[in-house]
Amino acid sequence: MIARIRRGGLPYLLLLPALALELLIHLVPMVIGIAMSFKRLTQEYIGNWGAAPWAGLDNFRLAVDFDAPAGRALLHSFAVTCAFTVLAVGLAWLLGVTAAILMQDTFRGRGLLRALFLTPYALPVYTAVITWSFLLQRDNGLVNHVLHDQLGITDSPTFWLVGDNSFTALVITSVWRTWPFAFLMLTAALQNIPRESYEAAQLDGAGIRRQIRHITLPALRPVNQVLVLVLFLWTFNDFNVPYVLFGKAAPEAADLISIHIYQASFETWNFGSGSAMSVLLLLFLLVVTAVYLLVTGRGRRGGHG
Amino acid sequence: MAEAGTSPTAPPRSFIWTRRVLLTLLALFTATPLYVMLSSSLKPLRDVTGAFRWFPSHLTVQPYLDIWRTVPLGRYFVNSLIVASAATACSVVIAVFAAYAVSRYRFRGKRLFTVTVLSTQMFPGILFLLPLFLLFVNIGNATGVALYGSRGGLILTYMTFTLPLSIWMLVGYFDSIPRDLDEAAQVDGCGPLGALLRVVVPAAVPGIVAVAIYSFMTAWGEVLFASVMTNDVTRTLAIGLQGYATQTEVYWNQIMAASLVVSVPVVAGFLLLQRYLVAGLTAGAVK
Repeated sequence: MIARIRRGGLPYLLLLPALALELLIHLVPMVIGIAMSFKRLTQEYIGNWGAAPWAGLDNFRLAVDFDAPAGRALLHSFAVTCAFTVLAVGLAWLLGVTAAILMQDTFRGRGLLRALFLTPYALPVYTAVITWSFLLQRDNGLVNHVLHDQLGITDSPTFWLVGDNSFTALVITSVWRTWPFAFLMLTAALQNIPRESYEAAQLDGAGIRRQIRHITLPALRPVNQVLVLVLFLWTFNDFNVPYVLFGKAAPEAADLISIHIYQASFETWNFGSGSAMSVLLLLFLLVVTAVYLLVTGRGRRGGHG
Repeated sequence: MAEAGTSPTAPPRSFIWTRRVLLTLLALFTATPLYVMLSSSLKPLRDVTGAFRWFPSHLTVQPYLDIWRTVPLGRYFVNSLIVASAATACSVVIAVFAAYAVSRYRFRGKRLFTVTVLSTQMFPGILFLLPLFLLFVNIGNATGVALYGSRGGLILTYMTFTLPLSIWMLVGYFDSIPRDLDEAAQVDGCGPLGALLRVVVPAAVPGIVAVAIYSFMTAWGEVLFASVMTNDVTRTLAIGLQGYATQTEVYWNQIMAASLVVSVPVVAGFLLLQRYLVAGLTAGAVK
């Protein structure tokens, strides 16, 4: 209070480094990216992108022309990403909330179990995914060994990393490493629920089920709103899991949007169309986020920054 | 357990059994890949090329010796260490200043700043990748400052990635420190910066630790930009680890050993310091 009257410029000075970096790495590239999407930016112009001719809306027209191969592939990739996101976020949240609620009361070994559950989240993404790609190998992986050799469920060893099964592989790997984050956030949120609420409910004769439904879940609502949004954005934009799991050529059934744009851009070096697809992706995410915030009602009281 | 069973508020037996079953299943799901990682890293090569074995035919530490020779893992390790440490240090310092300004001052454009910075968090990485790649290449061509392919470029990129969430967490943390404290320090003759460094920062150590873990983990694990922005000399672990798989033979035992070696530092750090991270995240989320 005292300082703000004396030194009007200080806050700006404190913000300057952060602002400069955000401009250099986030905002300027974003503006360039939007500009690029209107250019015919092919390999010959990479070193001198300003010279690339304007393409008008051609890049966008190509991306959403669902009769042409490029547009159809993008639409397919978008559909795969939507299905993947819904499944992976749903499962990650479900596992996270289940574990958080079951571990709310202390019991012997709880600390150890919590450390175990958090480990996949602490692992660098690529080591987690590499391990799963080993588990899912057709000839020497654990999954086929259990399913085929030990339990005899499948007639022949399954290909997990090529073909349609790659979608399942992607979901499992993604859930394995994201659910601990949901668990972490929800555990933290549960610690803020006063014990007295439960004690009062018990005096009123409410069982565990009713306590969860009427005390725990409502108290988690604010955290859930943020958590689900964050999980959605991370999962929808996920590049790491498919990139490390499948290498540069993701199977069609697991062709997530980020990897699709990456491949389309760096295989053909057509950055113009890659940027157009990225801009479309951004628009989609903006619309979904805006609708989500409106529906969950957080937008109205988000004034305090 | 026995003690809990006699307490008047103890959960019913059915709940305890549900809990046991579900948590056991979750623990198996979580632990199996970790077990495979550890056990395979101690296997001879023939154990991991043939049908899967739950246990090594004999225990060997050879993979841990071979990983450094098959690919230049040491170099990747140093690269990752330099990049992640530098990005973390810079990001934390910058975030502390920015968060202090947001938490303690009213100024024009504050809301615009916070909204813009936070919203960059939701933008897809792929959207920045192509322009940033072009920007770095063109800055290099124009000024001779090699950002593309250099560690410096990667450090700049990573520190910016972690800034939004770091600032957000720290603002939450700073807001929970009573203003009277730094106002008293200013009355005692400290300038605003003195108050920040001598009062607010020491009181916010848990929050700062949380932000540092988050930044380090992000930089240590990033794949997308590392795949494009590094060359043979500056390659980080995220990309270097794939070197074991492109040889004519896939050295799964070495891959698992290398994965374990690069994971242990961050996992240990995370588990030791996770309560700070929880405190930091909730301080931000509570607002």
